[in-house]
Amino acid sequence: MTTASNAATNTTAATEPVKAEQSLGARIVARAGGGVMRVFLILVGLFWLMPTIGLLLSSLRGADDIASTGWWKVFTAPSQLTFDNYSRLLDNSTITHSLLSTVMITVPATVLVVVIGSLAGYAFAWMEFPGRDWWFLVVVGLLVVPVQVALVPVSKLFGTVGIFETTFGVIIFHTAFGLPFAIFLLRNFFAEIPRELLEAARLDGAGEIRLFTRVVMPLGGPAIASLGIFQFLWVWNDMLVALIFADSDSPPITVALQQQVRQFGNNIDVLAPGAFVSMVIPLAVFFAFQRQFVSGVMAGAVK
Amino acid sequence: MTTAAAGGADAVPPADKHPSGQSSVPAPRKPSDASAGGPGRSRRSVTGTRRVIAALFLAPALVLLGALVVYPIVYSVYRSFFDQAGTGFAGLDNYKALFTDDTIRTAVKNNAIWVVFAPTVSTVLGLIFAVLTERIRWGTAFKLIVFMPMAISMLAAGIIFRLVYDAAPERGVANAVWVGVHDTFAESAGYPKAHPLPVHPLKADADGSFVTKAPVRAGQPVQLPLVGVAPAKMPTDAKPAKAAAAGAGKITGTAWLDFTRGGGGRPNVIDAKELGLKGIEVEAVKDGKVVASATAAADGTFALPASADGAELRLPASNFKEPYNGVEWLGPTLVTPGIIGSYVWMWAGFAMVLIAAGLAGLPRELLEAARVDGANEWQVFRRITVPMLAPVLAVVLVTLMINVLKIFDLVFIIAPGSSQDDANVLALQLYRSSFGTDADLGIGSAIAVLLLLLVLPVMYFNVRRIRKEGRR
Repeated sequence: MTTASNAATNTTAATEPVKAEQSLGARIVARAGGGVMRVFLILVGLFWLMPTIGLLLSSLRGADDIASTGWWKVFTAPSQLTFDNYSRLLDNSTITHSLLSTVMITVPATVLVVVIGSLAGYAFAWMEFPGRDWWFLVVVGLLVVPVQVALVPVSKLFGTVGIFETTFGVIIFHTAFGLPFAIFLLRNFFAEIPRELLEAARLDGAGEIRLFTRVVMPLGGPAIASLGIFQFLWVWNDMLVALIFADSDSPPITVALQQQVRQFGNNIDVLAPGAFVSMVIPLAVFFAFQRQFVSGVMAGAVK
Repeated sequence: MTTAAAGGADAVPPADKHPSGQSSVPAPRKPSDASAGGPGRSRRSVTGTRRVIAALFLAPALVLLGALVVYPIVYSVYRSFFDQAGTGFAGLDNYKALFTDDTIRTAVKNNAIWVVFAPTVSTVLGLIFAVLTERIRWGTAFKLIVFMPMAISMLAAGIIFRLVYDAAPERGVANAVWVGVHDTFAESAGYPKAHPLPVHPLKADADGSFVTKAPVRAGQPVQLPLVGVAPAKMPTDAKPAKAAAAGAGKITGTAWLDFTRGGGGRPNVIDAKELGLKGIEVEAVKDGKVVASATAAADGTFALPASADGAELRLPASNFKEPYNGVEWLGPTLVTPGIIGSYVWMWAGFAMVLIAAGLAGLPRELLEAARVDGANEWQVFRRITVPMLAPVLAVVLVTLMINVLKIFDLVFIIAPGSSQDDANVLALQLYRSSFGTDADLGIGSAIAVLLLLLVLPVMYFNVRRIRKEGRR
């Protein structure tokens, strides 16, 4: 290692003068290239923002304006901008009700995954029982099972138990499909907790439950945060599961809007602000917890 | 496979089989657990734990996973061998249907297109963005913008792209741009709704063109009056129409908008404020053959050579066709590429973030050494960066492939009802086969099993990787 880096340093030193001679022309090329690159990136950035901006501006225009011209007209006619769509949307009980349903589904489904996943993750990391590693491999295998596989069988199962088309059913379904990732992530994180810490707590007389709630859970904070954010966004943004399992009288926002999409074109004044409202919470969570979100994404790259 | 093999017990020396805590701690709190843990079980166990407690910690997870994930797999496999009613054994018929039924075959074909293109395009873009932003100060801001769509629902993204792909160029930004580009290169100065008045020297022909009722003669200026063009649609540089001067040996004439704004215009007379139909094509036709043609000037005048003498003048239909309206993004042919575009918009950021993390982990010295040795940036990228990123790229590609395999929301939302068959994918077909009025659970289950089979290699790969890590 040392030799290698020494060699590298030597090479650099040896070639330094040559580099300096080359660098004038090379630097100009690099600068110009850098300029082109910057312009390119700015254009790509604008291009990437455009669809979202289009939605936002569309949501701020009256139905007649939307029907006759594109959202870019507001740049020349800013007077078109209005909050009418939003005030009407918030008076629309279907939409407000569905936002509430989304919260009622998302929060429990996130909490349950964190709690159940932590319990299992801790057991896999620090407890002894026969077949432990084998069970863990099964969980890892389940990481990539597509939800589609479960739609029909679980709807029959839920039908038998009597929780088909209930909010509870949706919560349970999301919890189950969130668990493989939760267990995988938390088990790996908990396994890194220094053994001495747990032993010390044990010596102080902590039982398994206390150990879990007072030592493991607090130490697992970062992983739990990542998992929680990931699961929260996943459930909040889900449409398919809710489409099948949610109570048709209180569907979450995604399903409520999906039902509106069928008449696309005539109701953009409802769809655009609706979509934007449904995006507000995920975007807020995303911007507030970028770091946790990214580490969740990294850990979940196999999902 | 035994527990010990996967657990890493082989790394522990035999003498230290008991968890270290127990050997140094005088009185373990739960002596009975020493046997439960078993010898040489794990380097991790703090002290022995009662199996009952372990079971309690695991039970909720295992029950949920068993009932809602494992059982459905078994059920789907079983159900896929039975017919629609669920009573008659169907053998492999449902699987055969996947490749014989036209709608489902489209879904299989589209899914293949998705799996090939969506992950590769996203990964390539992610790689480009990650490399370019690496040493730019505002790179983080750029990354945030590209990564942001990952946080929103596919439903919202679907609505966003329904707006983008709106077929009317005055509303959909994709077509607005497309038409703008198209019209820059191919001018479309047409007069879509222009037509002659009933009492008039022109008559309509079957193909949408207008022809003079009588043959034209040299030296007698022809008048070609049309109405029906909205003043706003007239070319901005059109000039007031002028009666063409009679030229010897030439056919001259005027094509103009025979309409005076605000009234006062007389039919078939060139009035003062009436504009020439700039750019309109005039053809001289003899016996069905075009012998000469001309384009009207800004004041509507045109001149044809003597060869046109005795011909009938025709204003060909190309003058009156609708302006170019862009592409039908969500029509049968473009709907799948269009939706893939929206997917790339959502997921290129994912690829970018993962690749950027991999990039940050590359040894700087190696890249610098190559540069010092005279490699240019492209060579460094091609020969060092990409090969060293290969594992990351593989993870990104595989993750996106799994994700794309079960794509549903975007297709369901973006594809309009009329082209949903053309945009069909497996997950959408599964939904249609499983729910709704003419559901066929046999087919639905077969699709589910197919999806599962397609992710099996990844499942195997994951499990093998974890086993290796466990052994380390």
